[in-house]
Amino acid sequence: MAYSLFLGCVAPNRYPGIESTTRDILKELDVDFVDLENASCCPAPGVTRSFHQETWLTIAARNLAIAEQQGNDIMVICNGCYGSLFEAAHMLTDEKKREEVNKNLKEIGMEYKGTVNVKHFADVLFNEVGVDKIAEKVKINQDKLKVAVHYGCHFLKPHKLKEIDDPERPTILDKLVEATGATSVEYMDKNLCCGAGGGVRARVPDLAMGMTKTKLENIGKAGADVIVNPCPFCHLQYDRGQEHLADGDKIPVLHLSQLFALAFGVDEKRMGFEEHAVPVKLPS
Amino acid sequence: MTIMAEPKTPNPAFTKEVIDAGADTLNLCFQCGTCTGSCPSGRLTAFRVRKVLRRAQLGFKEDILPTDDLWYCTTCYTCHERCPRGVEIPDILFVLRNMAVKEGHMGETHKKGAGYLIKTGHLVPLSKEYREKRKEVGLEETPPTTLANKKALEEVQKLVKKTGFDKLIGGE
Repeated sequence: MAYSLFLGCVAPNRYPGIESTTRDILKELDVDFVDLENASCCPAPGVTRSFHQETWLTIAARNLAIAEQQGNDIMVICNGCYGSLFEAAHMLTDEKKREEVNKNLKEIGMEYKGTVNVKHFADVLFNEVGVDKIAEKVKINQDKLKVAVHYGCHFLKPHKLKEIDDPERPTILDKLVEATGATSVEYMDKNLCCGAGGGVRARVPDLAMGMTKTKLENIGKAGADVIVNPCPFCHLQYDRGQEHLADGDKIPVLHLSQLFALAFGVDEKRMGFEEHAVPVKLPS
Repeated sequence: MTIMAEPKTPNPAFTKEVIDAGADTLNLCFQCGTCTGSCPSGRLTAFRVRKVLRRAQLGFKEDILPTDDLWYCTTCYTCHERCPRGVEIPDILFVLRNMAVKEGHMGETHKKGAGYLIKTGHLVPLSKEYREKRKEVGLEETPPTTLANKKALEEVQKLVKKTGFDKLIGGE
């Protein structure tokens, strides 16, 4: 079975390099996927779920129903999309909830039967592809790279539903990063939120930046060369949240797909580094 | 001279409304404060998530719905993970935010994002500039989403009409 690849908003519309490298590395790793054609926003939980849960669930159900018609499970490349679509799919395993939402979907001649699983691509890479296969594909060893891994929140939490890793002391992303030869460095408050989620970036930007600054400071102290994340929204928050830092103190930000693309020797043009606010200068 | 604030009268009707709207773990909270102690927003502001829960338990609607505090939560789920009583705290905040919005308490930037969702199907829309940047990395100019298919976008627009989301955010 193939996965229906769900792009979300920030990757295709702000960091196209995340989308292109995701496509390249999935092909390289023989992960079978098709596009989740005609998808919309997941829709973003910070605003949509906060405003009107029924609308959030209905639009998410439409995305799930498209994947169901394609006969696939969904793969996401963003923690926010994961939060939305995973939670929605979980809620819609309840028949009564599904009936309510299907009354809305009837308006556009669709129905969701409740059969789709939603997977985060990092979970697929770790648990289905495996670090050994990833390591085999590495052409350019990243052994000079000291990485500050940022997990983000909705990748692992709530852990009772997601069952991917320990939510307080996770290791899965560190292992994925180290499969490229890089070193994952420890830093204070590693599992702290980037600050962007829940609609805080849009509504209370100073508060969001307060958290981002704490993380950047801790990451800087740990001597990391780069921040690697599994979420375009955290990526955006870190990448655009470094204006207050002197050029020499800025830390480049890579989505996990971009790190793998570097290690697999993917064409530099596909990386989309020109869209990054912080220049991607890595030790070589 | 009054030297103490008058005690407030609890409003159980509002508490019931909150619970019925999905906050079914609200009354499991015994006010230990683990949530507040774990909260990244609480480190930087006076936001105390424990207090929001207490106010909800007592039905102090006016101390919750119009406040900015309600929007300080990044939904990081750390409180949810650590709560010794299994209170689903972010989910309760979603319920309260839905009620606040219904009463017209919406951030302007959030309304704008919601408007983009209705107009384009994406909360973060695609601009001409980024269409060019997509081509530069070898992608199609437009991603294969509602942005590329008018019929798909119309489906989303029909759904937001059906749920009343367009009216809620003040469109049409």
